[in-house]
Amino acid sequence: MSNREFKILSPTAILGYGFPESSFLQGIKENPDLIAVDAGSVDPGPYYLGSGKSFTDRVGVKRDLRIMLREAIPRKIPVIIGSAGGSGAKPHLDWCEQIIREIARQERLSFKMGIIPADIDKSLVCKSIQENKIHPLCKNKPLTEQTVEETSYIVAQMGTEPFVEALRQDCRVILAGRAYDPAGFAALPVLLGYNPALAIHLGKILECAAIAAQPGSGADCALGILKENSFVLKPLNMKRSFTRTSVAAHSLYEKSDPYCLPGPGGALDLREVEFTEIGDGQVEVKGTHFIPANPYTLKLEGARQVGYRTVSIAGSRDPVMIAGINSILKAVEMHVKEILENEKIDGYVNTHIYGKNAVMGELEPNPSITSHEIGILLEAVGKTQENANTICSIMRSTLLHYGYPGRISTAGNLAFPFSPSDIQTGAVYEFSIYHLMEVSQDQLKRLFPESVVQI
Amino acid sequence: MQKQITELAKVIRSKNCSPFELTMDIIFLEKADYELVKKNNGINAKMLAAIYNVCPTKINKVVYFDPACAVKICMDRPISSGAPGDTDVYGAQQHGPLLSILLDI
Repeated sequence: MSNREFKILSPTAILGYGFPESSFLQGIKENPDLIAVDAGSVDPGPYYLGSGKSFTDRVGVKRDLRIMLREAIPRKIPVIIGSAGGSGAKPHLDWCEQIIREIARQERLSFKMGIIPADIDKSLVCKSIQENKIHPLCKNKPLTEQTVEETSYIVAQMGTEPFVEALRQDCRVILAGRAYDPAGFAALPVLLGYNPALAIHLGKILECAAIAAQPGSGADCALGILKENSFVLKPLNMKRSFTRTSVAAHSLYEKSDPYCLPGPGGALDLREVEFTEIGDGQVEVKGTHFIPANPYTLKLEGARQVGYRTVSIAGSRDPVMIAGINSILKAVEMHVKEILENEKIDGYVNTHIYGKNAVMGELEPNPSITSHEIGILLEAVGKTQENANTICSIMRSTLLHYGYPGRISTAGNLAFPFSPSDIQTGAVYEFSIYHLMEVSQDQLKRLFPESVVQI
Repeated sequence: MQKQITELAKVIRSKNCSPFELTMDIIFLEKADYELVKKNNGINAKMLAAIYNVCPTKINKVVYFDPACAVKICMDRPISSGAPGDTDVYGAQQHGPLLSILLDI
């Protein structure tokens, strides 16, 4: 490995969230060796992975990619995109590929692109269950073949290896399905012989772009400079600087343990890390170690459909109704349950009372109501959309006209802000797979089969 | 002497750390206060279980992280992120009860 620095430009925390063009061009002036971006997350919930839709907006994603490709391609700077389309399954990957092709056509750009899917074959997952190679995370139950069958898409978070393979084939742009967030940032430096622990740790910070700066932002660029024994974080916007505390605090962000960050094939060990301010808003980081895992494991993610949802939003400003809301809801829910059973309608209602415990549910230590008004959100879940509509309608109309004890306001119990009052929200999903899968080195080579296309 | 945690911490936040877990971060303003709280184990699983009215086995980790003068908590979600009945898909508004913690300083 040469002693030269390796510079990585991270435009934004999630592709499509945007960034100031001036910050990006400031980054381009630094002559980066790589532009990498994370395009996904499980944060927005199971719907997006389960339905194959992106949680990011097409216009936003196209805008970000257009600026990146327009500046990078003529300068021969590689562009790497991980977790395409938000959730990184096949439909998300295809969605993002179409956007890239459109940009290339419109901007007259030509390049070699590697496309790496992250979908894992259901038969392999079932075989791995039989071989006892699937392990639950976070107190989940052991995975069953039935759950695998019910899950719409199963993806694995890929590590650096599939990116390295695509880089070896001289791809200028790499578009990957679900990936471990730092993998796309770390692959090229790892291929060039830089310290993998430092490269992955740098990727772990850069995947959030300027969130680790002060003031933090997920919609602004940041630069990472990898050296032989350390890396440096550099802001690209005069408004921000990295500080010892801002970078150290970022090690906590969305992690369960700040000292040990597990990923594909091993964990980052941060116990000996030192953060040092070196001036001009820059922070130098050293002392990161990598502890390889044996056997190599990948994290699987999957979501399954559990029905359809219809919601209704209303409010109450009646002190008698508010004081009695718990027993009123109990009585109305009983009444609705009876109708559903008699009519053989498959489903149920969850009621969220804003002003009481709608934000924290059963974790709320103080469910007493002190406000003069409350928000009432009815969430009906049914086996079909028609079921959900019917359940929501029965619950809404029963609650609207329910004659509770002490009632003075006899014309109607609810204030609806909208007509129609009921909103169909479509299919409902839940995370069904969040497990580790043991893989052999041979398997690993075949799990993420990249294809190379000329754009 | 007891002090309100909001006088001692500059950041108190919550977020998912997986679809099945919540994590809370408490970042202290002063290293001396952090060191004292760490020494007394002032923020601990038993206290957190009481605050959130859950069984102590639901509190998975309480880690003191020196480089950021921070305490990190990891606990189970009652319902996985975005499943029917969930109340906070990102888990970003589960920190409120922590603001009323009193600490011996």
